[in-house]
Amino acid sequence: MKGKGMATDLLASGQPASGGSRPSAPRSFLDVRDLRIHFNTDDGVVKAVDGLSFQLDRGKTLGIVGESGSGKSVTSLGILGLHRHSKARVSGEVWLDGEDLIAASDERVRALRGQRIAMIFQDPLTAMHPYFTVGAQIIEAYRVHNNVSKKVARQRAIDMLGRVGIPQPARRVDDYPHQFSGGMRQRAMIAMALVNNPELLIADEPTTALDVTVQAQILDLIRDLQEEFHSAVIMITHDLGVVAELADDILVMYGGKAVEYGTAETIFRRPEHPYAWGLLGSMPRVDRDVRDRLIPVKGTPPSLINLPSGCAFHPRCPYVGYNGIPCRTEIPTLAEGSDHGVACHIPPAERQRIFSEDIAPAL
Amino acid sequence: MINYILRRVVTSVVLMIIISVVTFGVFFMVPKLAGTNPAELYVGKSATPADVAATARKLGLDQPVYVQYGRFVKGIVAGRDFNSGPSKTHCPAPCFGYSFRNDRPVFPLLLDRLPVTISLAIGASIIWLIGGVLAGVISALRRGSILDRSMMILALAGVSLPIYFTGLLAQLIFVHNLHWLPGGEYVNFRDNPIGWASKLLLGWITLALLYAATYARLTRATMLETVSEDYIRTARAKGLRERVVIGKHAMRSVLTPIVTIFGLDIGQLLGGAILTESVFGLPGIGRLSIDAVNTKDLPVVLGVTLFGALFIVVANFVVDLLYAVIDPRVRLA
Repeated sequence: MKGKGMATDLLASGQPASGGSRPSAPRSFLDVRDLRIHFNTDDGVVKAVDGLSFQLDRGKTLGIVGESGSGKSVTSLGILGLHRHSKARVSGEVWLDGEDLIAASDERVRALRGQRIAMIFQDPLTAMHPYFTVGAQIIEAYRVHNNVSKKVARQRAIDMLGRVGIPQPARRVDDYPHQFSGGMRQRAMIAMALVNNPELLIADEPTTALDVTVQAQILDLIRDLQEEFHSAVIMITHDLGVVAELADDILVMYGGKAVEYGTAETIFRRPEHPYAWGLLGSMPRVDRDVRDRLIPVKGTPPSLINLPSGCAFHPRCPYVGYNGIPCRTEIPTLAEGSDHGVACHIPPAERQRIFSEDIAPAL
Repeated sequence: MINYILRRVVTSVVLMIIISVVTFGVFFMVPKLAGTNPAELYVGKSATPADVAATARKLGLDQPVYVQYGRFVKGIVAGRDFNSGPSKTHCPAPCFGYSFRNDRPVFPLLLDRLPVTISLAIGASIIWLIGGVLAGVISALRRGSILDRSMMILALAGVSLPIYFTGLLAQLIFVHNLHWLPGGEYVNFRDNPIGWASKLLLGWITLALLYAATYARLTRATMLETVSEDYIRTARAKGLRERVVIGKHAMRSVLTPIVTIFGLDIGQLLGGAILTESVFGLPGIGRLSIDAVNTKDLPVVLGVTLFGALFIVVANFVVDLLYAVIDPRVRLA
């Protein structure tokens, strides 16, 4: 059960790494501990990810949810080791099957990239090279990790295109990305990501650029392939509908930090962070009266250079200063003894009461 | 694809016709508007107005401009005769006019000069293409480093310094002071390949420096833009080595604008590099045009102009075809 992996010590991640005293043995297939990704810019240090920890087992799906600029994509690129050393300062630990990727050499991470960890990007039109055929790009992805002939790799590419549901794959393999429709292009992108049977698949907003009917197909496809390959999947999205369908666990990010972390069931049934309430309230649902207005989260995401003091969400939180809690001065941590972490100063009992009495009826 | 080529061919031909009409109009109307008779150029200084009129009649310069243009075009296709004085002068097709100053038809005059201009353009373009693109790529990859900054300063200097400064300076140092390279006349490649190369070398380098600067800056800018593209991130996410990411995926995109300006630059240079040829004493088309302007040899000036235009139009056509080769989206559009 996931709850085991989410013990108190791993969730207590508000303070900077003090070095040396943390437990060394990773508990899950993917074990991210106190990940920090900071960028030095002319305007100051952007703390895009600031002390993030989570675990993920094979065959499971983690949904990372948050607004633009909450640090979701930066996290995924950090796991892949795609941040430039000259620009980004990455610290913390990313254990993949017992190997720390942050400590590993660039060449080692490169060899893992595309092979054991693969990524599906948001917009398949810009994410594929316009000048190379779809087949050539998949063949290249296969051959960089497998010492096989072009012919073998080509057959593999055709098989993969067929597997992801592209009709006439033997013919389409020689087409260019622009000759594919949006949905087909995303399927091709998935074929390219899965060509080496990766154990960890990171999907960064895989359906955002697609229309709704195609979205469902792509999500079904990812789920089917996950079952087949028994891979771990990180689904990054701002769309709660997507994670509701796929995720086992959900991590809600705000201002580069996790504000709520638990099973999908918990986050949807009894969320406790005011930001998660806001996200749920702004999600369109078919079981809701169409005349009801969606309730937006007021305000805009914070600047990652000058995060608000205390709880980063406090300027937008309707419960700020509730019963004299120190929202503006103290940073709340995820510390929680159960399988449900909430970074909020409101006492747990109060949060549960507010949700069931005030929030849930309005959803 | 065939449609695409046909469309480009038709466009190029139409463009060439328009250019010839306009150029012809300019060269044969301007003297009239300026109050001089072009026929005066062909007679002696002490000629009477009657002599001028007679010469104008003989050369057909008294005819309306469209008749003259018609004869000019007919000359290109079928050749034409000029009645200069008692004897008839035949100008075989393609006849771009007859230079009475040189006593030769314009077209062979141009052909004679073309190898020099081609030698200069090809040699220089190889140097600037390799040097400029390489410098641009290195600059982009080492952005902000001392290497990047010094190369960009050098590029700025290269763009800013005129040929007649760098060219003369280079000649002074390498030919007259150090005697590393020979002065003297241009020799043919076939007669003396080493002499040919050593005579052209300074011209190649000076001209290349001017262009390499532009190419370095363009390459650097395009490369910086390209490496932030999503598909470059995808290439890295696939686990490709950085060498492949840059050398294959990024370079493929960087080449597109390079090919564009390269085609145009080559087209332009084949029409004659006037300054370089003058500075280094290379008897190419550029020199021919300067000499023709100085001696008011209108048929040659017209011929050089049309030739130059032709090279640019052809270069444009080739660039358009190359686009289709480079970018599959153009092929099918």
